[in-house]
Amino acid sequence: MDYFANDLTSLHDLLVKKEISATDLTKETLAVIKEREQKVDAFLSVDEKGALEQAAEIDKTGIDADNVLSGIPLGIKDNIVTKGLTTTAASKILENFEPIYDATVIEKLKAAKAITIGKTNMDEFAMGGSTENSAFKLTKNAWDQTKVPGGSSGGSAAAVAAGEVVASLGSDTGGSIRQPASFNGIVGVKPTYGRVSRYGLIAFASSLDQIGPFTRTVKDNALLLSAISGADTRDFTSSKHEVPDFTKGIDGGVKGMHIAVPKEYLGEGVADDIKKAVKNAISVFEKLGAIVDEVSLPHSKYGVPVYYIIASSEASSNLQRFDGIRYGHRAQAVKNLEDVYVKSRSEGFGDEVKRRIMLGTFSLSAGTYDAFFKKAAQVRTLICQDFARVFAKYDLILGPTTPTTAFGIGEDIKDPVTMYMNDILTIPVNLAGLPGMSLPAGYSKGLPVGLQLIANQFDETTMYRAGYAFEQATEFHKQVPMIGGQN
Amino acid sequence: MNFETTIGLEVHIEMKTNSKAFSPAPVQYGSDPNTNTNVVDWAFPGVLPTVNKRALEFGMRAALALNCEITRDIHFDRKNYFYPDNPKAYQITQSQTPIGRHGWLEIEVDGQKKKIGIEEMHVEEDAGKNTHSSDGYSYVDLNRQGTPLIEIVSKPDISSADEAYAYLVRLRQIIQFTGISDVKMEEGSMRADVNVSVRPIGSDKLGTKTEMKNLNSFEHVRKGSHYESKRQQRVLMAGDEIRQETRRFDEATGETILMRVKEGASDYRYFPEPDLPPIHISDDWVQEVKKSIPEMPDKRRKRYVEDWGLPEYDANVLTQTKEMSDFFEETVAQGADPKLAGNWLMGDVNAYLNAKQIGLLDTKLTPEHLATMIKLIQNATISSKIAKKVFKEIITNGSEPKAWVEKKGLVQLSDPAVLQPIIDDVLQNNEKSIEDYKNGKDRAIGFLVGQIMKQTRGKANPKVVNKLLIASLKQL
Amino acid sequence: MAISEGKVAHVAGLAKLAFSEEKLQKFTGQMDEIINMVQQLSDVDTDGVEVTTHVTDSINTMREDNAVKGTARELLMKNVPEHQDGFIKVPAIIDENEEA
Repeated sequence: MDYFANDLTSLHDLLVKKEISATDLTKETLAVIKEREQKVDAFLSVDEKGALEQAAEIDKTGIDADNVLSGIPLGIKDNIVTKGLTTTAASKILENFEPIYDATVIEKLKAAKAITIGKTNMDEFAMGGSTENSAFKLTKNAWDQTKVPGGSSGGSAAAVAAGEVVASLGSDTGGSIRQPASFNGIVGVKPTYGRVSRYGLIAFASSLDQIGPFTRTVKDNALLLSAISGADTRDFTSSKHEVPDFTKGIDGGVKGMHIAVPKEYLGEGVADDIKKAVKNAISVFEKLGAIVDEVSLPHSKYGVPVYYIIASSEASSNLQRFDGIRYGHRAQAVKNLEDVYVKSRSEGFGDEVKRRIMLGTFSLSAGTYDAFFKKAAQVRTLICQDFARVFAKYDLILGPTTPTTAFGIGEDIKDPVTMYMNDILTIPVNLAGLPGMSLPAGYSKGLPVGLQLIANQFDETTMYRAGYAFEQATEFHKQVPMIGGQN
Repeated sequence: MNFETTIGLEVHIEMKTNSKAFSPAPVQYGSDPNTNTNVVDWAFPGVLPTVNKRALEFGMRAALALNCEITRDIHFDRKNYFYPDNPKAYQITQSQTPIGRHGWLEIEVDGQKKKIGIEEMHVEEDAGKNTHSSDGYSYVDLNRQGTPLIEIVSKPDISSADEAYAYLVRLRQIIQFTGISDVKMEEGSMRADVNVSVRPIGSDKLGTKTEMKNLNSFEHVRKGSHYESKRQQRVLMAGDEIRQETRRFDEATGETILMRVKEGASDYRYFPEPDLPPIHISDDWVQEVKKSIPEMPDKRRKRYVEDWGLPEYDANVLTQTKEMSDFFEETVAQGADPKLAGNWLMGDVNAYLNAKQIGLLDTKLTPEHLATMIKLIQNATISSKIAKKVFKEIITNGSEPKAWVEKKGLVQLSDPAVLQPIIDDVLQNNEKSIEDYKNGKDRAIGFLVGQIMKQTRGKANPKVVNKLLIASLKQL
Repeated sequence: MAISEGKVAHVAGLAKLAFSEEKLQKFTGQMDEIINMVQQLSDVDTDGVEVTTHVTDSINTMREDNAVKGTARELLMKNVPEHQDGFIKVPAIIDENEEA
């Protein structure tokens, strides 16, 4: 199956018209994965048997004509638990962990008759921005295999970009969907906090984490988000806010839409090719009738320290359950309980995870709490207020997703300002619980450039409408990487 | 040098909800290990907690019954520590916003009434159970994990072991009346941590405290804090210093034994639980919960004395437990005379419970049956002697008293037409006694009544018998 | 504010992590950098500013007190490294006094 030439709607048509069966589609998908994995290594595990069984069952009961996901194979980030299917969060501590329940999003996908084809690679426990922190394998950028796919949802992004699947799910705590989407030239959305249930998402930072979709088109993204959204009685942070059909009115255009461009998002540290692409995007929106102004988000610059403290603090607590007692890695040669804890955890976690656990533990410890955790939580309020002021006047915020295109595998980012900007563009969105999207907006030296659109809470509809208008007015999304002999 | 003692109590009470505080698994005591648990209790990767509304309401009930102010904007916090019975390695509790603050309860020791302040009380979850075995392993059962608890922290107002004891008795009584817990020490549903310190009288600074954890007997609290106070005084008198330490009460010797010295405060890294959004408690909700609280013992006592004319002492005994008080009120509601109902409950019923070492609700006695029996005595259907038999039957076998009395033919004989021939018969066979009576020996009457009771197998109404007998003797 | 290796070792103890001497030094340096970065927060005036710990709109969410049967024990035990007679088995603590 050529996923470069098809989207969810066209695949659905083929399935409904029985031009292809779910089983054939799954087999073809497995074949493409087998071939292209040699280049990208996006998957940690491929569930050939389970996927084919699911497909056979769907063929028996019939494709659901009203359900666009029916019979479609999808990739799932390996921090989303799947019953009976090993889920590791790319950590040695969960190397052989077999979940005994399905995440809410998996239940929803199963009910929609979507097929889980495999689990995608990621930075261990979603901590990182290159997928190099995976304990198991190195995933490569679909456009250039010497480059990282971004992270932490690098596997999910690379799988879609390489045409191995038409769509996948990732998770975003500080940019982990938008940044790899940007690096891979695809569409990635981090929904409003509470839009999608976190039940079954292995927690990194509870107040920031959200599951979201990767697709090649804006409309596909809206379709997939509609399918996984909604209140969940098992996740009290999930919102009871009504879930609209995000594709409804998606072609309404941006005429008269007020778009804000924070000056902080185009400052020092953002590469010229990125600035150029963003400026081009601004003129596209203006041509389409939008009104674009420069604004300021003065507290954005504090987003990074705030994020590091809050995310690490929550993570230090969330990751304490990995203690070698009920599941996961248990160190051998233990003499007592302390050994079980210390050895299992020290052997099981990678360095980046340990670093964050340490920082979080420190931030919460007696005598440090007020100056660190509490202070960060107060500045977080100011960051939220910045956004609220902008959204009182504007429909959308626009900026780059990343300060550079994908960097090289193993390349240490030496410039501290760039490293800083890497986070500053995406993190405030998580801190404020807003929805954000990255979509292709250009290419530089053969690598994709991402444009970020940020909307007010629960206003994904506006974000999708603007994204769709931009996509239809440009050709960026039509470019595909040279992979598997295709161009 | 003279010292004064300061005791602080932190009491944990398990609440009687259907499901756990933060997961829908059942709350049940005494099940097979790990059978009342789910993925949330086990802290599987990806699970999230959900707040049990009733656990919060029960917490509010307790707070209101203990005269606390209700905190209106609450959230939960995480208390982080590793232990095998604590699967998340954090306990969900309320450290920043305890549901109740600044409460009090009143105790009475040696006739002296005293108010003991309550610093705060909060809702949290219990841990599982970790059993150490001699094989070098611990065995973990998570059934108890997540059971809702309230923790009640006293102000340092308690100044003796007896006051500590009285505080616990009173606290248990109040909590029991709120209906939120069985407060059974033997099942661990009420446990106390005790802090003891001493200081020279007149000193305005509290002394260094030592702690005894998880005591599950009031008597241990009394003995332990008494011993600890004396021990600390001895240490200070010898010119030594008290160390901040955790000590264990040893039942066998009545002494406290050093477990470990505390070096600085434990670092639990409390922070707001991000998985549970904040909760606002509205006026309406507080009112609703207030209405749901059963009447407290003080009010009941007052009512028994003022409305039903019971002596203070009786009213006090009858309100010791909610079980007893509810039973008593129901018996009265079924038409029994309050004074008689009280006497039966305080006398024969209590004696029976003590002898059998069981609770009131473990017997087959019902308020309805007790009331019926009391009415049968009052309207002279049965004698008080027969009543003892009836009582035994209704408390052990649960028979309906009226039907049973009739079936067994135990109805008291009061009809002169039935009794007179029996009296005549007895008189005929006891001429010696008649002789004695005539010679002024009053004892003879007693003997004759006894004979009549024997003939009637105890069923004769003694009052009627007396009247008829004297009349008959006078005619002779 | 410079963080000492001793403090880092203490934090590692709380987090139940062990580091080699070399790693400890490296981590101390890295934590120092992060802590320095965090210092810029002290420039922000947060007097009277409330904390934000939740960004959900879903306040006052509660569950009715209905019990649901527990998960089957065999299923729960599936990933347990050591168990016996329905109990999870763990090497005992040596220092009995650590009970929290």
